[in-house]
Amino acid sequence: MALLELEGIDAFYGRIQALRSVSIRVEKGEVVALIGSNGAGKTTTLRTISGLMHPRSGSIRFEDREITQTGPSKIVELGISQSPEGRRLFARMTVIDNLFMGAYTRSDRAGITSDMERVFKLFPRLQERRSQIAGTLSGGEQQMLAMGRALMARPKLMMLDEPSLGLAPILIETIFSIVREINSQGTTVLLVEQNAHKALEVANRAYVLETGVVVQQGSGQELLASEEVQKAYLGM
Amino acid sequence: MSNAAKARPTLRDRLNIRERIRDRDTAVYGILIIVAVLFPLVTVYATGGTALVSHATRAGYWVLLAIGLNVVVGFAGLLDLGYAAFFAIGAYTYALLASPQLASSPAHHAVHINFWILIFGSMLMAALFGAILGFPTLRLRGDYLAIVTLGFGEIVPQLFYNFDQWTGGINAVGLIDQPLLPAWIQGPWSGDGDFKIVSPFSFNTDPVAFYVLVCFLIAIAVILVTNLYRSRLGRAWMAIREDEVAAAAMGINTVTTKLLAFGIGASFSGFAGAYYAADVALVSPDNFLFIVSITVLVMVVLGGMGNITGVIVGALVMYYLVFYLIPGLPENATSLASSIGLGSLNQSSGDWPGLGEETQRLNFIIYGGILVGMMLLRPQGLLPSRVREQELKHAAVLEEASAVEEGARA
Repeated sequence: MALLELEGIDAFYGRIQALRSVSIRVEKGEVVALIGSNGAGKTTTLRTISGLMHPRSGSIRFEDREITQTGPSKIVELGISQSPEGRRLFARMTVIDNLFMGAYTRSDRAGITSDMERVFKLFPRLQERRSQIAGTLSGGEQQMLAMGRALMARPKLMMLDEPSLGLAPILIETIFSIVREINSQGTTVLLVEQNAHKALEVANRAYVLETGVVVQQGSGQELLASEEVQKAYLGM
Repeated sequence: MSNAAKARPTLRDRLNIRERIRDRDTAVYGILIIVAVLFPLVTVYATGGTALVSHATRAGYWVLLAIGLNVVVGFAGLLDLGYAAFFAIGAYTYALLASPQLASSPAHHAVHINFWILIFGSMLMAALFGAILGFPTLRLRGDYLAIVTLGFGEIVPQLFYNFDQWTGGINAVGLIDQPLLPAWIQGPWSGDGDFKIVSPFSFNTDPVAFYVLVCFLIAIAVILVTNLYRSRLGRAWMAIREDEVAAAAMGINTVTTKLLAFGIGASFSGFAGAYYAADVALVSPDNFLFIVSITVLVMVVLGGMGNITGVIVGALVMYYLVFYLIPGLPENATSLASSIGLGSLNQSSGDWPGLGEETQRLNFIIYGGILVGMMLLRPQGLLPSRVREQELKHAAVLEEASAVEEGARA
């Protein structure tokens, strides 16, 4: 049984079709990457999973449960959280309050506190800046906060949308090593990236999206070695 | 906290917003309480009358309205241009159920329910209508929501105007019951004993009674709103205000949460409405026009959106401006002109209508000028929530921090 299974998803923005029969599987414990260029439908895929938009046809199953038409708050409760595209922090709230928002659907105080400690262990920078307004953090710190906020939901599946966007190379290294660490602690990760090279290095498996269609899939290594992927996304 | 941060606490402390907000708020509340206690004593002593206290009782319901609208606009970021509608609903709830009005309605029976019960009834009624309006409209965003609330604000007074067999329409509802203190509340204020702060303390004749009442109501409202602000719901409102999509992605049910902001915000104006009806004892649809909604909104924005002490101060300042300073201007200008020997200005001649009349004509220009000026000087409001100031100061503090770090290295 796959943790998450998308089958034949068609999604539209008005009359424009953004996803054409997209099928994706994420097994428990994996890091799965979705790569592709701008407008390929990567973010749309995440939006349909998180319930922020609903597909016109196809089905989404999480832990063998139909969630195709489920609303976003219920989906967070079921165990899928995300660090959305562009991070979308609550810019005028403090770091701590942002983290608390991540745990919004939870009511187990002890658990929230221990997860807060866990996030601070992963991201010591956030602890130093915990009373600071999120909008005043640097880009790297903001990405850390977005990931920490997603972790605060104690998700079974964490979705990361472009975590490397706009970050310095050294920070990208840090972010991806933290993704690995989060995964090794038992959280399944679905990663959307334009930085295909980095994503494929980290991912167990990956899907290549092109204008709303899955054109290729395989293990991270296979795709790194694939000629088309090298040409289109790795600039080789 | 890491050792590095401990080593230079001053810089980190300057970024510690929560504590700083609490400090300033405590100070402002302290000042407000002292002023509230001294105000009737000093003004009654100085002027020998209670006219100024009467003014303060009316300022009080504006404060209540501003506190309530702040929940909707300041906390949840929903622009409500029809807030007076809920005020009207609260006021009419009290007016109809605590006056002879319904005797001449198709019900043929006057209802007189106790103020202390009905004030909560008005609150519930306004909250209910807040939810009714909110339900179909809160899926709208920003400007669209503002337009719908604007429409609602226009419709409600018209309804009270047109359902005249129940509400008396243009004739207004009069002879509204005054609140009664339960007989067991005895003290220096009751009876004609020698030791009395103000005597007799009766809602029928004494504005001081209403003054004490409204201070009490404001205190309740502040406690409720402060707790809401710090609650899980308060944080959800803030999150929606900051980024609605991200809030939904966190698992916040945005529609319910916004509905609660609308309902709870409306309930405070119901509260204010019941008090208003009891204080003025005469309620007519004309008391709830668009200008009321706008004035409350100006109070909130000018005071500092999202900050409770800010909107209280904003409401008081605006009340002073709109209902005291500006209406008094023509008279003051006239007497000033006479006293400095320019009495001739007061005579009308040709196109010149006389200084008093001219000032009267310029009232709105002066008012507008003051508003524009205040927004230019303090765009963040008189007492903004510290968060905004923090953003502005942040850069400077960080610079200083890195300078210190470099100094330590050298």
